[in-house]
Amino acid sequence: MDVGMQAATGKVVSLDRALSVITDGVALMYGGFGGVGTPPTLVEGILEKGVRNLTLIGNDAGMPEVGVGPLIVNRRVARLIATHIGSNPVAGELMHRGELEVEFSPQGTLAERIRAGGMGLGGILVDVGLGTVAEKGRQQLAVGGRSYLVEPALVADVAIVYAARADLLGNLVYEKTARNFNPLVAMAGRVTIAEAGEIVPLGALDPETIVTPGVFIDMVVQSRGIKWKWSWE
Amino acid sequence: MGVRERLARRAAREIRHGMVVNLGIGIPTLVPGFVPPDVQVLFHSESGILGYGGRPRPGLEDPYMINAGGEPVTALPGASYFDSAIAFGMIRRGRLDMTILGALQVSARGDLANWLVPGRRVPGMGGAMELAQKAKRVVVVTTHTARDGEPKILAECSYPLTARAAVDLIITEMAVIEVTPSGLVLREVAAAYTVDQVIAATGAPLRIPPVVDRYGEDEGRA
Repeated sequence: MDVGMQAATGKVVSLDRALSVITDGVALMYGGFGGVGTPPTLVEGILEKGVRNLTLIGNDAGMPEVGVGPLIVNRRVARLIATHIGSNPVAGELMHRGELEVEFSPQGTLAERIRAGGMGLGGILVDVGLGTVAEKGRQQLAVGGRSYLVEPALVADVAIVYAARADLLGNLVYEKTARNFNPLVAMAGRVTIAEAGEIVPLGALDPETIVTPGVFIDMVVQSRGIKWKWSWE
Repeated sequence: MGVRERLARRAAREIRHGMVVNLGIGIPTLVPGFVPPDVQVLFHSESGILGYGGRPRPGLEDPYMINAGGEPVTALPGASYFDSAIAFGMIRRGRLDMTILGALQVSARGDLANWLVPGRRVPGMGGAMELAQKAKRVVVVTTHTARDGEPKILAECSYPLTARAAVDLIITEMAVIEVTPSGLVLREVAAAYTVDQVIAATGAPLRIPPVVDRYGEDEGRA
């Protein structure tokens, strides 16, 4: 292994080191769908550290005890950009009381806004939501004779993702439907932290199967295990 | 068989062999149980799988495998996994043959409102805007009227829209109604109801063709 590679393997850090970049008021982007694929050890660490006034950007509000749900339930979140909050009733109550600002985005539009941020683009053109409230506050452009909404790209101060396996360079492999927003979110953080079920040596992952190249990943932490609970429990 | 199951069973008859189909949460998730075994379908979920199958036996659920409603599912032979951008690229690009969705209101032009009850319930649109606007065929399953008895099928929706001119077919416990460029057409009336009852419960003009089929007459049979 050359010197550069050795330096790069410094990406594997303690939970405390990873949490040091998540401070009051940061914009925090997260992977996950109904909590499945949201990094549970990182969320628990953020909660225990007492971070406040977060802006969260991700698909949904989780459930009260799953995904980012506990951050919302424990009043750590000032603002949420999401597609759906129905699975976390506390989020709806806080929104109605004016204690949580929520911006809704159609799910595919949110995914592409995050992907655009991660890909270094300024935004996307999309016709989904034309003629609905999704138009509100959006510039419209005609391209090729068709109307589109201009949806600005999204990046975040810190992005957190869950991967089934990570190697020492931060190359990531996901598992089944726990992939969801994770590969997009992984690219859109100014700092991205991957929580991995298993951390493996270089060469242990087949390069053909790597979904997120490690160049997008700044830190890797070992997961203490997934704690997702599902609707059937 | 309850109302939810009867609606799901009627909706399942819209599905043809070889289709790519997305099911919304609620009643639509019951549809696969009524698709005949010789009709092979690729079910799409926004959670990032194409080709999912039924619920695993209790104890065999995979924590990494859910559909859009958060229910445990299995992967059938030929299934694929993908991220959320691709899940919605499939929808936006027109690769879905059909979506079956719930509704709060549907208008005579096929406008759909199904994501927000002003002042009461604000769950968010999730993927409903993409599905309603971009699936080749949009089938709505819903009770004919709201809990307070108000019609859900209206000349104009009063709730914020999910998509304009999106719905092709409305299936309720009373009737099956097609949305056409010239308005709503009554296609079928459920066995327990009359055409007049359907008209009275509908808040938009309904064209009654010379032949209106019955549906649900074999209910209760094996």
